[in-house]
Amino acid sequence: MSKIIDELKQDLRFIEGLKACISCGVCTAVCPAAQFYQYSPRDIMLTVQQGDEEKIDQLLKSDTIWYCGECLSCKTRCPRGNTPGYVIQALRQLSQQRGLFAQSRLGRQQLEVKRIIGDTMLKRGYCVYVDDVETDYHPEQGPVWDWFRKHTATISRRIGANYDGEGSGSMRRIAEEDMAELRAIFEETGAMERFETIEKWIANEQE
Amino acid sequence: MNKNNNRKWQDYQKEIAEDDYYYARSCIRQNFFPGSEETFLRILREVLGKNVYDDPHQTTCTGIAYHSGIVPIETTMTVVARQYSLMNDAGYRNFIPSCVTSFGIYTEMEDAWKHFPETLDNTRKQLHSSTGREFEQPENLVHTSDIIYKFRNEIAAKAKYRLINKETGEPLKVVDHVGCHYAKIFPSKGVGGAEFPKVLTGMIEAWGGEVVDYPERRHCCGFGFRNYIVKENRAYPLSNSKLKFDSMKPYQPDFIVTNCPGCTFFLDRWQYVLAEAEGITYGENGYGIPVLTYEEMAGLILGLDPWEMGMQLHQVSVESLLDKIGIEYDPHAKYLGGKMEYLGAPKEPKVLKV
Ligand code: SF4
Ligand code: SF4
Repeated sequence: MSKIIDELKQDLRFIEGLKACISCGVCTAVCPAAQFYQYSPRDIMLTVQQGDEEKIDQLLKSDTIWYCGECLSCKTRCPRGNTPGYVIQALRQLSQQRGLFAQSRLGRQQLEVKRIIGDTMLKRGYCVYVDDVETDYHPEQGPVWDWFRKHTATISRRIGANYDGEGSGSMRRIAEEDMAELRAIFEETGAMERFETIEKWIANEQE
Repeated sequence: MNKNNNRKWQDYQKEIAEDDYYYARSCIRQNFFPGSEETFLRILREVLGKNVYDDPHQTTCTGIAYHSGIVPIETTMTVVARQYSLMNDAGYRNFIPSCVTSFGIYTEMEDAWKHFPETLDNTRKQLHSSTGREFEQPENLVHTSDIIYKFRNEIAAKAKYRLINKETGEPLKVVDHVGCHYAKIFPSKGVGGAEFPKVLTGMIEAWGGEVVDYPERRHCCGFGFRNYIVKENRAYPLSNSKLKFDSMKPYQPDFIVTNCPGCTFFLDRWQYVLAEAEGITYGENGYGIPVLTYEEMAGLILGLDPWEMGMQLHQVSVESLLDKIGIEYDPHAKYLGGKMEYLGAPKEPKVLKV
C-alpha cells in the first residue's frame, strides 16, 4: 500500500469521511463551493478512493483541496454516509505536514489564516476580537463598525457587555491563568507545531 | 402528515434540559453582536426565571481554526475537554453554546469520542498533562436557540407584541436561516433535523409570524471559514449570500432571523456591500432586509428596548421592522453611550438607506 494513503488512513476524519463512494455526484450537486469554483467533491472522493499515489500527491499540491467551505452540506445528503468535507480536512492536514501546501496559491494562504486566527487565539483567547478587526482589511464591516470601534467601551456599557473588563461577559479580557492553560493545550496537542510548520514552509518557499 | 412523516419527525425530537445551564459564549457574537449574548441571559433569567452560569474562564472552542485547518483535531478535542472541565468545576451538567460552529464542534468531538474511544482516552491524557484537569462530558448538550425554542410558548404568553403588521393585521413574512453546523453534520442533534429544521420556525409561528419558503432556504450563507478570513477569497461568501438574497427577494420578507452568529453577520453586512458595490438593495425603497438574531426577535416581542439589545450595531437598519410591529422606541436614543451621552451617528452608506 502506498505511503500517502497509509498516512491518510491514520486520520479519523478520513476513516469517517470515506466509507465507499459510488460516485453518484450528490455531494457536488449540493456543494456551494462547486457552484462558484472549478471544484468537485465527487472527483476528490474518486481520486482518494482509487488510491493512486501520484494523483493524491498532485491533489495535496493543488488549489483544489482549499476551495471547500466546510459547510458539511455534503455530509447530510450523501446516500452512502460519506463526508467529503471530512476527507478534505484530512487532505489539508497532510498537505501541511508534508509542506506541499506551500506549492499552491490557495495553500499558501494558510499563513494568513494562521496569523489572523491562530495568533489572535494565542494573544486573546478568542478567535476574533473587536480591537483587531480593522475596517481596511474588512471593508464589508461598513461605517457602523468604525462607529462601534470608536466608542466600544461606552456602547459596551450601554448593552451590558464587558469590553476589556475582568470577570464574565461579552468581550471581557480573558485572565492570564486561562490563557496559560490554553497555550499549554496548544503546545501539548500539536497546534504550536502546526503554526511553526506553516511559518517555516512559507519562509522556505520565499527564499 | 402521513404516518411515515410522523415517524421521521419523532427521530428529530431532542431532549432539551429544563434549567441550570452552563453558557458557552461565541467569539464572533461577543464581538459583532454582543447585545444578543447579553439578551439571551436577560430573557432566561428575568423572563423565564432560569439559572444560567456565565463563566469568565472559558475561551474560544477553536472551531474557526479547526475548520480552516490550522489546528489538529487533538487541539480542538482538548480545548472542548477543558470547557467541560470548567463546567464540572461550576457544578453544572447542561452545556449550552451560543455559537453554531461551536455547537457543531462539540457534537463532532462527542461523536468522534464515541466512535474512536482511544481518542477520548488520549484527550483525557493531554488535558491532564497540559493543565492538570480532568473532565466529565455534559448530560445535555444543546444550542442556545434550542432553549428559546423550548420556551417559545412561555415567551408568547408574556409577549407585549406579536409578529404581525400593525397596519394590515397580516402576519409578518419571516425568512429563517439556520446555520449549517446546527443540524447538517448531525441531523438528529437539531430540532426537526437538517431538512426541515423547526428551531426557528417554531418560534416564528408561536409569535404570530409566517415562515417564507424560498428555493435557496437551506443554502449556506457562504462563511466558508478560510474562504472569508482571507480577504482575496471573500467573493465566495458574498456570492453565496447574494444567491440567497436573490432567491428570497420575490417573497418580500419583512425580516430574516438566524440562529448562527456568522450567518447573522454575513446576511447583514453583504447587503451593505451589494448596495455599495452593485447598487442592489433587497428591502423596500432602498433599504435592506433587517437581519435579527433569535434573541433580538424574542426581545422585541417581549418589549425590550432595541438599543439596549444592541440593534444599533446592525449595518442594515431595523427601524422599518420596529414600525411595522408598532414597537414603541426612542429613535434619538439609538446613538447614546453608557452614560446616555450622545455619540454622534455612524457615517451613512452611500447607497444603502439606513
Ligand atoms: S454523495 Fe457520497 S457516494 Fe455520492 S459522489 Fe459524493 S461522496 Fe460519493
Ligand atoms: S463541506 Fe466542502 S465539499 Fe462538502 S458541501 Fe460544503 S463546501 Fe462542498
